[in-house]
Amino acid sequence: MLKIEGLTAEIDGKQILKGIDLEVPTGEIHAIMGPNGSGKSTLSYVLAGREGYEITGGTATFNGLDLLSMEPEERAAAGVFLAFQYPVELPGVGNANFLRTALNAIRRSKGEPEVDAMQFLKLARARMKELSMPEDMLKRGVNVGFSGGEKKRNEVLQMALLQPGLAILDETDSGLDIDALKIAADGVNAMRGPNFSSLVITHYQRLLNYIVPDRVHVLMNGRIVQSGGPELAKQLEESGYTAVQAA
Amino acid sequence: MSVLFEPGPEGFLRRYEGLNARLPGHRTPWVTALREQAAKAFREQGFPTRKIEAWHYTDLNLLARSGFAEALTPVDEDVALPEATAPQRVVFLDGRFRADLAETPDSGIPVRSLGANLSAAEGLLGGVAKLDEVPMAALNTMLFEDGALIDLPAETNGGAIELLSIIQSGERPVAVHPRHVIRLGKGASLVLIERAIGRGDGRYLHNPVVEIVLEEGAHLTHARIQQEGPAGLFLSTVFAKAAAGATYDSFLLHAGAKLSRSEAYVSLDGPKAMAHLNGAQLLSDGQHGDCTTFLDHAAPDCASRQTVKTVLAGKSRGVFQGKIHVHQIAQRTDGYQMNQALLLSDQAEIDSKPQLEIYADDVKCSHGATVGELDEDQLFYLRARGIPAATARSMLIEAFLQEAVDAVEEETARNALATAVAGWWEKVA
Amino acid sequence: MPAVTETIDAVASVTEGPYKYGFETDIEMEFAPKGLSEDIVRFISAKKNEPEWLLEWRLKAYAMWLKMEEPRWPAVKYPAIDYQDAYYYAAPKNKPGPKSLDEVDPELLKTYAKLGIPLKEQAILAGVEGAGDSPSEGGRLPVAVDAVFDSVSVATTFKHRLEKEGIIFCAISEAVQKHPELVKQYLGSVVPQADNFFAALNSAVFTDGSFVYIPKGVRCPMELSTYFRINAKSTGQFERTLIIADAGSHVSYLEGCTAPMRDENQLHAAVVELVAMDDATIKYSTVQNWYPGDENGKGGIYNFVTKRGACRGDRSKISWTQVETGSAITWKYPSCILQGADSVGEFYSVAITNNYQQADTGTKMFHIGPRTRSTIVSKGISAGHGQNTYRGQVKISPKATGARNFTQCDSLLIGDQCGAHTVPYIESRCMSAKVEHEATTSRIAEDQLFYCRQRGLSQEDAVGLIVNGFCREVLKELPMEFAVEAQKLLQISLEGSVG
Repeated sequence: MLKIEGLTAEIDGKQILKGIDLEVPTGEIHAIMGPNGSGKSTLSYVLAGREGYEITGGTATFNGLDLLSMEPEERAAAGVFLAFQYPVELPGVGNANFLRTALNAIRRSKGEPEVDAMQFLKLARARMKELSMPEDMLKRGVNVGFSGGEKKRNEVLQMALLQPGLAILDETDSGLDIDALKIAADGVNAMRGPNFSSLVITHYQRLLNYIVPDRVHVLMNGRIVQSGGPELAKQLEESGYTAVQAA
Repeated sequence: MSVLFEPGPEGFLRRYEGLNARLPGHRTPWVTALREQAAKAFREQGFPTRKIEAWHYTDLNLLARSGFAEALTPVDEDVALPEATAPQRVVFLDGRFRADLAETPDSGIPVRSLGANLSAAEGLLGGVAKLDEVPMAALNTMLFEDGALIDLPAETNGGAIELLSIIQSGERPVAVHPRHVIRLGKGASLVLIERAIGRGDGRYLHNPVVEIVLEEGAHLTHARIQQEGPAGLFLSTVFAKAAAGATYDSFLLHAGAKLSRSEAYVSLDGPKAMAHLNGAQLLSDGQHGDCTTFLDHAAPDCASRQTVKTVLAGKSRGVFQGKIHVHQIAQRTDGYQMNQALLLSDQAEIDSKPQLEIYADDVKCSHGATVGELDEDQLFYLRARGIPAATARSMLIEAFLQEAVDAVEEETARNALATAVAGWWEKVA
Repeated sequence: MPAVTETIDAVASVTEGPYKYGFETDIEMEFAPKGLSEDIVRFISAKKNEPEWLLEWRLKAYAMWLKMEEPRWPAVKYPAIDYQDAYYYAAPKNKPGPKSLDEVDPELLKTYAKLGIPLKEQAILAGVEGAGDSPSEGGRLPVAVDAVFDSVSVATTFKHRLEKEGIIFCAISEAVQKHPELVKQYLGSVVPQADNFFAALNSAVFTDGSFVYIPKGVRCPMELSTYFRINAKSTGQFERTLIIADAGSHVSYLEGCTAPMRDENQLHAAVVELVAMDDATIKYSTVQNWYPGDENGKGGIYNFVTKRGACRGDRSKISWTQVETGSAITWKYPSCILQGADSVGEFYSVAITNNYQQADTGTKMFHIGPRTRSTIVSKGISAGHGQNTYRGQVKISPKATGARNFTQCDSLLIGDQCGAHTVPYIESRCMSAKVEHEATTSRIAEDQLFYCRQRGLSQEDAVGLIVNGFCREVLKELPMEFAVEAQKLLQISLEGSVG
């Protein structure tokens, strides 16, 4: 379970997160909605351990592990997966090599045997088929020359391969057409289960039609100002964030 | 036991004076005239100093201060050879052609010792070299003893050949000046992998000069792999000219040596000629690498491509200088040049000087240069997928170099280069 | 139609040929004897009634100059300059030193009127005719002008208005008298006497130029401008400009220049020094339109200029914008020494070479402080037999952690007799610094020209349009009044280059 208490963080001296309290029990999917600049992406980066953010207070634990004291790769090995809003391009790094290196690094840390190139290809091909991804994407540089939709699907593919315990989806719906959105949502829904939890960060309610969350939280100005069931997302879609602000 | 000759240009000149009655071709007037001309040019220029703009970033003080001796390697000395990178191989040990070590398959082409076949090189040797502008080439011309002579007839596919030069170094610093002369007849093609390997950790000078003539439609892939010893000084020069429709596809790798500078003077003399001047420099603590190229577009409709990457670790210094000169006649030139440097250490230094000199208006020429460290976003992305920091760094360095090596289309050459760079990033990541 | 355009047209009607400023003012002049010697240096210093320390400073520069060699590395060719065959001091007679406007020789006022330079305080550069001094009227800010005629400053406008804000804007010779402590502190502090051959020459014989001091926290209420005019024959112009922006201040400074058409080559070797303290900003714009020589390459100014700014303070900023259309030969590299943490240097340049003009110009960005940033945008246009070289150095010192540079360098060729050259020098000693350089070379495509002409534009207008588009990134950095003039100049400079 992901447990965040009183988390505050700043960037370049400017406070972005002003005390976040949040619990995502194992097996649940929670959505975080909020207007631009509310701190949604900061929260996802802070949980994944990106440099440049100063944690000024609070704690974040995942299955009892103190996330904030861990290196990014240690968090990944512990099962935290961030689907990037803007997946990074890695020219010259082949997608297959990248995926296998990541998979084996995580398997190693769990004490599981590494997969060889053949096993990996079999595994990757199966997942790619599910995500309707062309096989030549494995040969290309990571995200290089990928369309916006392809990049997002590549993120979902990585999630499917790495089998994380917690997936943080940072605006995975942005830049996706409806078909790609469904594929991405199917990828997440396929992961649902007693050992999987997810934090779906989104600006719009649209994605939540396909990934139905157990809980919805509204993040505004660095704080969670409202929480509720799936109906809250619909309510926001109709009334807008300003209504929440006014309330 | 030979003594060291005195340091500086004087030492080499005196050595020439003492030796010229014994050098190969000393009874052949055109050879002695060429050597005399070279000696004059070298006497006038001496070693280049940093006052010369093209040498501003590379200091030859270490060379100028050192005294050298001649290599006294027995003609039949045994030596362990690394695995060959091409089906055919010729070997030079301490500068001397060793026919006994060559590997020649049935399909092989004739590769001759230049020293023993000078008469066959008349008109070729010294035909492309610019002795008055390049003192290191003048020095080489003055003192060369041997090298490879490849004169491929028209429409011949010469396959792939490795020219392996091994220099053994110890307490006595030796100077070796190999000279290779290569001509590809009309429509002929060849893959040439020129490899320089140092054995031992003593100081030495390796000063090879390659002269290349590509006739109409000829195609040469030329991979140069420098893996000299840690105290070696590698100063190499390539002169190449390409006739109409010919392609000079080259790749330079600097991986070893204390100090290395490779200069290439390439002239596209006929319409639709093409040049690739790619390269990579892998520099670790204490190394200085300099890749300097001069490309002349001297005919219309030619194209050139250049990507040079330098990775710098520890206290190392890298230099890239690339000049593209488009003559007035060279309309419709298509030139592209990119050089990138990756700094892995606070003590690394890079100097980069791409240069366009354009006198024709209907041209498409561009260049780009970037200098920086490993990208933080990329590192984070890899680590967020569970890849440890050191592995992530090494993957990104590999990727950076891979892009350069991938530019080599010919498979044998690309594989040779890939093997030579492989694993380097793990040492420095 | 803006007033400047009108002025250009008006001047065009009284002059011949494409160069619109080629007339000569007939005015009685006082010269120092021809040639250069220690005596001439003493003569200039005495004429200016300078204190002893400045004479010593000049003599030291002269002694160093004697030992120096003219630089040969720029990609320009010209016959040897005979430094003894020129006048180093020329001033309108009986009018030494700056005067109030009422006292300025009417001939001079007429000259500046012809050049479109307002020396009347109520006038507004490129503004509505007859508009007042107040910034609100006509919606444009007034421009204060220091007019330098050959070796001396003849007038400075809006002085009193500026004094109210504590701003000093005057001829440097006047500053030597009235503010010696400031001049002594900063003169040569950015460009030392022996910096290079021409800077040493300038240090020995500089005659006038502008001096600007903006006090702490003051935002200069108007554009400051110096207008340089070489008039006399066989005369070199060696002006020296010093601008100091104290902490938190802001100033925008414009510089323009012209010279009569003559068969001989005249030397202009100026030095400009800028100093920006904490949080200060200096924006320095130049429209250089010295006489370029005729279409056969005869005559024209040798413009060998040293311009350098020091961002001494944290978060300070120096921005150079130049439009170089004139001069037979241009040799200048407006530079920034980025010492202060987070300081910013910018260089925006358009350089045109037509006929037989040669330009070797660019910039140097020295990154010394942490997180310093620089941007270089250079647009070179070559036409006729012109040779145009961009030469730029970006140097990152080990302490400049997180420094950034971006350079964009584009060349446009018009015709197949000209040359366009690009020589960047990138020298990085800092791992965390990031440097990016891009350069392209292209020409005006036939189909672009045809498209414009099919829509009714003349060949020349089409070229002008395309060239202006090519230079847009730089022109937009100019103050609006200057931008209009610059656009017009680009077109004039390229007359006869196509078709």
